Amino acid sequence: MKRPDVLIALAIFAALAAAPFIGFGQGYSLTLLARAMIFGMAAISLSLLVGGGGLVSLGHAAMLGVGAYAVVVLDHARITEAWMVVPVGIGAAALFALVTGAIAIRTSGVHFIMITLAFGQMAFFTTSSLALYGGDDGYTLYNRLEVFGSRALERGIVFHFTCLGLLIAVWALVRALLHSRFGRVLQAARDNETRARAVGFEPYPYRLAAYVIAGAIGGLSGVLLANAAEFVAPAYLAWQRSGDLLFMVILGGLSGPHGALMGALAFVLIEEWLAKLTEHWRLIFGPLLIFCVFFMRGGIAGLLRRG
Amino acid sequence: MAFQIPAFRRRTLLATSTGLLAAPAVLQAQGAPIKVGLVAVQTGPQAALGTQLRDGWMLGMRQLNNQLGGRPVETIVIDDELRPDVAVTKVRAALERDRVDFIVGVVFSNILQAIIRPVTEAGTFLISTNAGPSTFAGRGCNPYFFTTSYNNDQVHSVMGQAAQDAGYRRVFLMTPNYQAGRDAMAGFKSRFQGTVVDEVYVPLTQLDFSAELARIASLRPDAIFTFMPGGLGVNLVRQYRQAGLANIPFLSTFTVDEATLPAQGEAALGFYSAASWAPNMDNPVNRRFVSEFEAAFNYVPATYAAQSYDAANLLNSAVRRVGGNLSDKNALRAAIAAADFQSVRGPFRFGVNQYPVQDFWLLQVARRADGKFQTETVRRVLEANVDPWAGECRMPGRI
Amino acid sequence: MNTTLLLVQALNGLQFGILLFLVAAGLTLVFGVMDFINLAHGVQYMLGAYLGATLAALTGSFWWGLLLTLPATLAFGLLLEFLVFRHLYERDHLSQVLATFGVILFLNQGVKAVFGTAPMQMPVPELLSGGVRIMDGLLYPTYRIAILVAGLATAGLLWFLVERTRVGMLVRAGATNAPMVSALGVDIRRLFMLVFGFGAMLAGFAGAMAAPILSVEPGMGDNLLILAFVVIVIGGIGSVRGAFIAALLVGLVETIGRSMMPDLMRLFLDPSAARQAGAAMASMLIYVVMAAILAFRPAGLFPVRR
Repeated sequence: MKRPDVLIALAIFAALAAAPFIGFGQGYSLTLLARAMIFGMAAISLSLLVGGGGLVSLGHAAMLGVGAYAVVVLDHARITEAWMVVPVGIGAAALFALVTGAIAIRTSGVHFIMITLAFGQMAFFTTSSLALYGGDDGYTLYNRLEVFGSRALERGIVFHFTCLGLLIAVWALVRALLHSRFGRVLQAARDNETRARAVGFEPYPYRLAAYVIAGAIGGLSGVLLANAAEFVAPAYLAWQRSGDLLFMVILGGLSGPHGALMGALAFVLIEEWLAKLTEHWRLIFGPLLIFCVFFMRGGIAGLLRRG
Repeated sequence: MAFQIPAFRRRTLLATSTGLLAAPAVLQAQGAPIKVGLVAVQTGPQAALGTQLRDGWMLGMRQLNNQLGGRPVETIVIDDELRPDVAVTKVRAALERDRVDFIVGVVFSNILQAIIRPVTEAGTFLISTNAGPSTFAGRGCNPYFFTTSYNNDQVHSVMGQAAQDAGYRRVFLMTPNYQAGRDAMAGFKSRFQGTVVDEVYVPLTQLDFSAELARIASLRPDAIFTFMPGGLGVNLVRQYRQAGLANIPFLSTFTVDEATLPAQGEAALGFYSAASWAPNMDNPVNRRFVSEFEAAFNYVPATYAAQSYDAANLLNSAVRRVGGNLSDKNALRAAIAAADFQSVRGPFRFGVNQYPVQDFWLLQVARRADGKFQTETVRRVLEANVDPWAGECRMPGRI
Repeated sequence: MNTTLLLVQALNGLQFGILLFLVAAGLTLVFGVMDFINLAHGVQYMLGAYLGATLAALTGSFWWGLLLTLPATLAFGLLLEFLVFRHLYERDHLSQVLATFGVILFLNQGVKAVFGTAPMQMPVPELLSGGVRIMDGLLYPTYRIAILVAGLATAGLLWFLVERTRVGMLVRAGATNAPMVSALGVDIRRLFMLVFGFGAMLAGFAGAMAAPILSVEPGMGDNLLILAFVVIVIGGIGSVRGAFIAALLVGLVETIGRSMMPDLMRLFLDPSAARQAGAAMASMLIYVVMAAILAFRPAGLFPVRR
């Protein structure tokens, strides 16, 4: 069986692994790549919802935000050990996803978009009012996470490969989920809800499970994002950020997690590249998005499949 | 509306060395330009403030022939987009890829808080030309951090003092619901001893103030104090005037300034503000700054521009003092701290926490002879004022 | 809080609701009739404000500015329809969201490049510059009454157009079953173009009307767009009547919530914490209302039957 999506993903991972040794090893390039990989994880988790379940969430940034604020709360209490912080961040985001998802998944289509937006906005305003953690101004971390007391993550190259490792794990997990029985039920319910019900599958628990898993991965990327910038602000939860994530997913294509991965990398790198060209880079970026929609049906992944 | 000279629009200004003027030999040896990262928000509703800040710096550089202490300068404009994580990424790029020698600028405190660690830990001097949070004035003071503006609390406390001096007894406070807003209320209350009839926090995205205006009318205070930067202030000032409340004195900070007055116009006439500088200050440095700024950019400069212009002259004096040699950080720091330049504000020096010690003024919005609006000095409220946090700062002598 | 103040706040809420309705009406029509998510509706509102302010400055008259804004925004809406939107009708919601977001980025940056970053001003016309004393020490600006009247008139006009005219009938039919209308020999493309241009003009009208009281600046449409989406989702997508009622509801909840929440929170918290928590709660309130309505009525208050 041919698996072009695996080949594409592996090629990207190989490129990311080689990047520090072929001229992108500077601190700055590593910061940029880490950012791209972290958004890659978030986009992959969102693609599980959008591509797998047909659940278009406009509140996914809230998952990252909950993870990031878990880091903040623990950092404030001087707890910076990764083995404590990472599970708490993931758990908090999963819990948030469980509570909001239980309500949101009752709706569908545009209403699902709006209700996830509503929960995202609630989370945004909540974090803005946390005066203890800087409120709207945000919070500067004392330092990055420690792993068994070691400060290794402060080194750009170590952080780079940590992100890469987690990115590969997230990709493999989501891909495996989509190819499992769970994923097939999810996709069947997306394509035809009535038929899924008729053959005895109630979509609700499957969708909720997908929502919670996506939330948990979002929480993980939030923890990493907080550590990449060593700074957390409510801006991480703004609806525009949720929009950015959605665009990464669509830009890449909905055919699998490799699409979201490509979308996130392309989005972050194109944004960076254009911003270097001109102050008015959005005058180019905007039409570029429109052209992508017009001429690249199925996103970058679709383009590669045809080409 | 901002009319800009094409050359100034370019993202990067490359130094053009003037071959006619013979530079001292020691300077010629160091041919590489000094690189300055200018952090100024260019995106979103608050972009006008970033434009002011950028243009103030650019005017200073133009008057200095694009040189600091005789060395050519390359200015790299960094748009922080008012998103802290974006600011961190871009500033890291400036530090690590472009190897900038100074980071200058920053309009908002939250951006400053996000970038201060990466900048100062890289051993680079950060000169804030607007944001002056108390975080880095007291216990968190930093040898690599200077500001040419003020500590935020000072400005708000000036208004508190002015309200006290005017004999107001009942004052209504209103600010956006974020840290700077809460600081504004605290700063005002630090010097105001009358009654605060109510404190109202509004969301940063507020468009319509009619609910709050009705509340003000029902409480009938002697004055209101508010801090509503940018577009918030435009909306509030016009709606305040339209609601017929203008007979209640309008005391404010960062709400009516030259960045917002073009949009507020007559509605802001007679409203009060507080600052350490105003365009009408009568000294030769300021007269030249204001007239050349207006000639170059066709709008009236605000404090953001004035403080950036001062920063250009400050760095010029410092680089000259160390003979163009930026490698000795201690010498460079001492040279900046000496503040051996003529400020548009008149008297200016740095305190122990490297925040300015300066006079603060009560300002009022007035219409100039040419029909444009500006803030003008009413009276000096505080003289050679040291910010309230300086006492907590234990600044290291050497770095 | 006394009764007068409560009534004044209710009036303020209604007025904000009316402004929201002017933006939401076009959005719900486009959404309902064409099943098209137009995120760019907010920038069309912004464009209306910029054009209004510019044209008023050029002609020296608010009225000419307002009058000329209508055809200008209509033309611009049609241009956008021709260049971008008509290629998206057949596509899924996701593509529409992505492409219209591209339009937002472009236009927000575009006005900045053309008009600069500083906020602009549109003066209140002489005729409407006064105010009515509604409370001791508080004027209710005549201009705001004018917005109320204009909003109600627009609502009435829309009701008439949608319920009583042939085009309106086609629009209603299109909202229920577009392929059927097309099969009956109606040029659905032209109908779409008409609805779209009209929606853009409504948004532009709202922008120009709001310009004298709100700051005209890049990105001014973004926050209002989200509120407008909240409105049409609560009201039921495609329903003008639903949008009207939901807009008033959102306006009232927003305004009254903002003025009462801090007092309410003071029952549980100390004053300073209550003020901050109250303000945060007030911002959240409309989203809580929307989530609650959608949880119980997933298709909104007035669902259009399909």
